[in-house]
Amino acid sequence: MAKKQIALEGISGAPGICIGKAYLVDTEGVDVVEKYFIHSDALADEVIRFKAAVKDTRDELLEIISNTPEELHQGSYILETHVALLEDKMLYGRAIDTIEKKHVNAEWALKTVISDIKAMFQDITDEYLKERRVDVIHVANRIMAKLVGVESVNIAEIDKRVILVASDLSPAQTSQIQLEQIKGFITDRGGKTSHTSIIARSLEIPAVMGLDNATDIIRTDDIIIVDGTAGKVIINPDEETLVYYEERRSRFEKHKAVLVRGSRQPAETADGLRLKVMGNIELLEEVVSVIDNGGEGIGLYRTEFEYLNSPSFPGEDELFEKYKDVVEVMGNRPVTIRTLDINGDKAAVYAADRYELNPALGLRAIRYCLKKPDVFETQLRAILRASAFGNVRVLIPMISSCNEIDKARVILDKASESLIKEGIPFDSDIKLGIMIEVPAAVIMADVMADMVDFFSIGTNDLIQYSLAIDRGNREVSYLFQPLHPAILRMIGQVTDVARKKGIDVIMCGEMASDPLYIPLILGIGIEELSMNPQSIPLVKSVIRALKKSDMEPFMKEVLKQKDSMDIEALIQYNFGSILSEKIYSQ
Amino acid sequence: MISRNVTIVNELGLHARSAGKIAEIVKNARSDVWLIKEGERADAASVIDMLALACVKGSEITIKIEDPAELDILNDIAELIEQGFGEQV
Repeated sequence: MAKKQIALEGISGAPGICIGKAYLVDTEGVDVVEKYFIHSDALADEVIRFKAAVKDTRDELLEIISNTPEELHQGSYILETHVALLEDKMLYGRAIDTIEKKHVNAEWALKTVISDIKAMFQDITDEYLKERRVDVIHVANRIMAKLVGVESVNIAEIDKRVILVASDLSPAQTSQIQLEQIKGFITDRGGKTSHTSIIARSLEIPAVMGLDNATDIIRTDDIIIVDGTAGKVIINPDEETLVYYEERRSRFEKHKAVLVRGSRQPAETADGLRLKVMGNIELLEEVVSVIDNGGEGIGLYRTEFEYLNSPSFPGEDELFEKYKDVVEVMGNRPVTIRTLDINGDKAAVYAADRYELNPALGLRAIRYCLKKPDVFETQLRAILRASAFGNVRVLIPMISSCNEIDKARVILDKASESLIKEGIPFDSDIKLGIMIEVPAAVIMADVMADMVDFFSIGTNDLIQYSLAIDRGNREVSYLFQPLHPAILRMIGQVTDVARKKGIDVIMCGEMASDPLYIPLILGIGIEELSMNPQSIPLVKSVIRALKKSDMEPFMKEVLKQKDSMDIEALIQYNFGSILSEKIYSQ
Repeated sequence: MISRNVTIVNELGLHARSAGKIAEIVKNARSDVWLIKEGERADAASVIDMLALACVKGSEITIKIEDPAELDILNDIAELIEQGFGEQV
């Protein structure tokens, strides 16, 4: 019998449509547990089998802990907690009890214990403590995997064209995936700007996030359709639905091809203002995609990848080789390398948990680098060495005070001096810029402008910090509004300061990549944009359809508005037809 | 039986790591040690049981020991809790 078609609504993570088989990346995937009875004579052996599984699990955890570089992964004490939980009475003791008293197999005993534990946590209202159940379940699942003989799923080894279904993918997991193998992503958690969707967009993989219970409903090998554009997932589609989506999929691909063909033309407004449209990258492989899509440089090179994918801090030579490759491919086009922006979210390998209560406000980016000056200096030396091969700029993230700029410059100078001493070539005029993503930096922009060569406005974080919105939190993600008048004023203020002081300003957040915001960006007067490579063709075509001279009266109206909805309405009223023609034209 | 009342003062409450510290102390106990909150009790030897008690910051709990000879254990736990497990309070 054909299975029933089910449709799920989530949040669009990355556009596009894909149809394929689901692959559950979740240890809960071993949920199908058989129950059988154990003869009294064999009970002792069954208990031994259970104990052996626990021992294997402990050995495995201890090995992971010892392989985790202390510096990088604050996740390891979570694992130590997990080791302690392994022999907890409620888990270990009760499972053995159940085997002995109910004469059942170890898997079944463990399964009943797990469901009892889940029930114990059911009524807890405190969200933080309620989430601790994840730790317990995680540990139990590890034992279960050992019992049923399933190796814990290593997503680095997935080798078929599948659609990944996970409750959440940590950046570390995302970075392990062999991306050419993946057709699409869907996750229970996350939102439009969570790391997973950013990665998915940059690799042109359709993704839907925030589905809540996809991992409960979807089973490995189910046929699913991912409509990343609409944020929809359809499980077990019927014939009619399949045909409909197959058509939409090919229309989407054609549309993309048309845009890409036009992407070579310059980003010049109808009245002759030339903008520079660049690409954001995280992986070396994406450079090609920037060039293919008509990008005029790298406006943001995120450098966390090498750190997350390495068992210890990467060395200078390793980093240098990577940076040099990117710089050489780009020739004389600018490559803006952002120094390490590691934080709780991005550093915790063992996804579900973090103990920094508020990682977004914690030890991250420049704060982390200043605390680890040797790590920072190693990266700066690698960047400087790469600067000898092209047009490199250094970008420091999360600046919130002038003092941090001073300190960063001291380390940069130290790196330069050491290179001079060693006779290693580099660009001694290398430009140093800062990310404007903390409200304090917006307010201090006039002072900071005298200390640096350029500003880069990171809209995602600026919005998060200014509007006090956790962009990964589904409950409040609707409040993440780039059109909030406060945000537009801040961006306007920074741009005005930069113009007055004669320094460049780049916009590199998601905001730069959405056609809806292009009239505002032109109006504010930003002339350098950087975005995920796939957005470049559309953004360029929108720029070409607009006139800079129309923006002045438009901006006057915008600045009179009280909230984001009014501003959106104003954009639609003035430019709606131009934008939709560009977005949907063939 | 001897008991003593304490209040959870650390920001995160009785979470896996803090409960782990209690369980570590209780390992040396020869008889049962209980944490009681609003009439519900948890075995202080089990992290999971203590977690399920859901003690947030500000929760008032009672520590109870079965054997008066193990007063030290009671006091050690009380001290640990009152000092917020060495975490942020």
